[in-house]
Amino acid sequence: MNNYSIPHIEEISDNPERQVYTVTEITRAIKFSFETEFPQVWIEGEISNLRIPSSGHMYLTIKDEKSQIKVVMFRSGKSQLKFEPKDGDQVIVKGKITVYEPRGEYQIVIDYMEPKGIGALQLAFQQLKEKLSKEGLFDEELKKGLPLLPQKIGIITSPTGAAIRDILNIIDRRFPNVHILIAPVKVQGEGAAQEIAAAVKDLNKIKGVDAVIVGRGGGSIEDLWAFNEEVVARAIFESEVSVISAVGHEIDFTISDFVADLRAPTPSAAAELVVRDKNNLLENIVALNKRLLRNIRGILSESKIQLENLVSRKVLQDPLTPIHEKQQRLDEVTLRMERAIKNFLQTQKEKTRANKKHLFLLNPLNKIKQNKVLLREVEKKINSQMNFTLNMSRNTLNAAMKRLDSVSPLSVLKRGYAVCRTYPEGKVLKDSRKVSIGEFVKVQLSKGKLLCNIKGRENEKQTKV
Amino acid sequence: MAGLTFEKSLERLEEIVEELENSDLDIDKSLKVFEEGVKLSRLCAKKLDEAEKKIELLIKGEKGEFITELFSPPKTEDD
Repeated sequence: MNNYSIPHIEEISDNPERQVYTVTEITRAIKFSFETEFPQVWIEGEISNLRIPSSGHMYLTIKDEKSQIKVVMFRSGKSQLKFEPKDGDQVIVKGKITVYEPRGEYQIVIDYMEPKGIGALQLAFQQLKEKLSKEGLFDEELKKGLPLLPQKIGIITSPTGAAIRDILNIIDRRFPNVHILIAPVKVQGEGAAQEIAAAVKDLNKIKGVDAVIVGRGGGSIEDLWAFNEEVVARAIFESEVSVISAVGHEIDFTISDFVADLRAPTPSAAAELVVRDKNNLLENIVALNKRLLRNIRGILSESKIQLENLVSRKVLQDPLTPIHEKQQRLDEVTLRMERAIKNFLQTQKEKTRANKKHLFLLNPLNKIKQNKVLLREVEKKINSQMNFTLNMSRNTLNAAMKRLDSVSPLSVLKRGYAVCRTYPEGKVLKDSRKVSIGEFVKVQLSKGKLLCNIKGRENEKQTKV
Repeated sequence: MAGLTFEKSLERLEEIVEELENSDLDIDKSLKVFEEGVKLSRLCAKKLDEAEKKIELLIKGEKGEFITELFSPPKTEDD
């Protein structure tokens, strides 16, 4: 229990050795006692004197008819509250008793508060949630997506209030040129649910609306109750346009949140969800464009290099050379072939001619002709030889005759000489001494003969040898 | 191509960039696809500017018809 025992009053005056505590000491003792005794309690009561200074911490008193107790809820705990407490609220709180030493006051530091009588609403909420969930209104597969670039955005909310202002600001910041259609509704109280449901139907009728935000700012569960009503849930479910539900704060979950295509924790978050940041989108497109260009340039330059490599290859640089070479070879070969053919023909011709000739020669008629010719030739030859020989003989004869002639006494006679012959003996007379005067001689002249009587003689002087 | 939504155009553009980056398309196909990509990127950029800025309040008339009027958001800070 406690380590300190407070001495009884009588004991103080009697006992010379009394235990005297400082204020701090005793306060500390009390603090320890209380805090150990009441580490966690649940208390119910009515709120009064609620104030929240700039620190954000919440100070209040809970009281009942006879007593009250100071309450503090620090900002971190308060931010978890599902509602805004106010004076007069009946609440149930949970916390720990502490003693605030500087003022010697005890208090309860709470980390949880709920309105009393919440039970009925909670129950209704649970029941509707179960019912609609069974019907499949919350099914994930049925949820639609949001358009990347909405053309017309519908907003169902109070036309006054921070929610619409925040939404519009954020949309303007992210994507200023967009068409927004606001369906003004009551967001709490009598008839709010019907107005909200009607607005969802109305926006579905308007052509071009492709996203709807339905929501409101924060509040108590009673404030937000319209968004838990069945009529709103069904209207959202039947909406063919995508619906973003943005009701209250992050911790607030309403039926419309479950049935909508998308839940935003706050109206501001809804604005961020419904439009992309235009600059981001533009940057994205620019980046894609850059990649596109870079890629095509890469492909083109690769192909260019391939092409250049091919073009620089000799066969393309100088395509005619192999052709010329081949042409030349072709010409040469053709020439050789022509020559060969010519030669061949020639040889054949000659062969033929030779054969013809041969044949011709072999032809008996030809042989005959030939022989005739030969014969003629031989004849000729013989003739000519004969003639030659004859001529030779003739010539020789002639020559001889001429010589004969020349030595022929007749020719001598022709020259004027006469042959003297003795008469009557007829012996040729060469010497004058052989005759004597008065004899007769016969003188043969070239033409005629004479009988001559010698009348005189002249003897040739003889020289003595 | 005009009928394509922004999403579809952007999707196809991303597809095309991937194709050009990864696959070995021949030059003709590459150029064709590149052209398509350029058209798409222009279209996307254009669509971003297409919508007109307008904030309207939707009011239902007596006969149930819809009337719109310009809306000016609440300026004050209080809720």
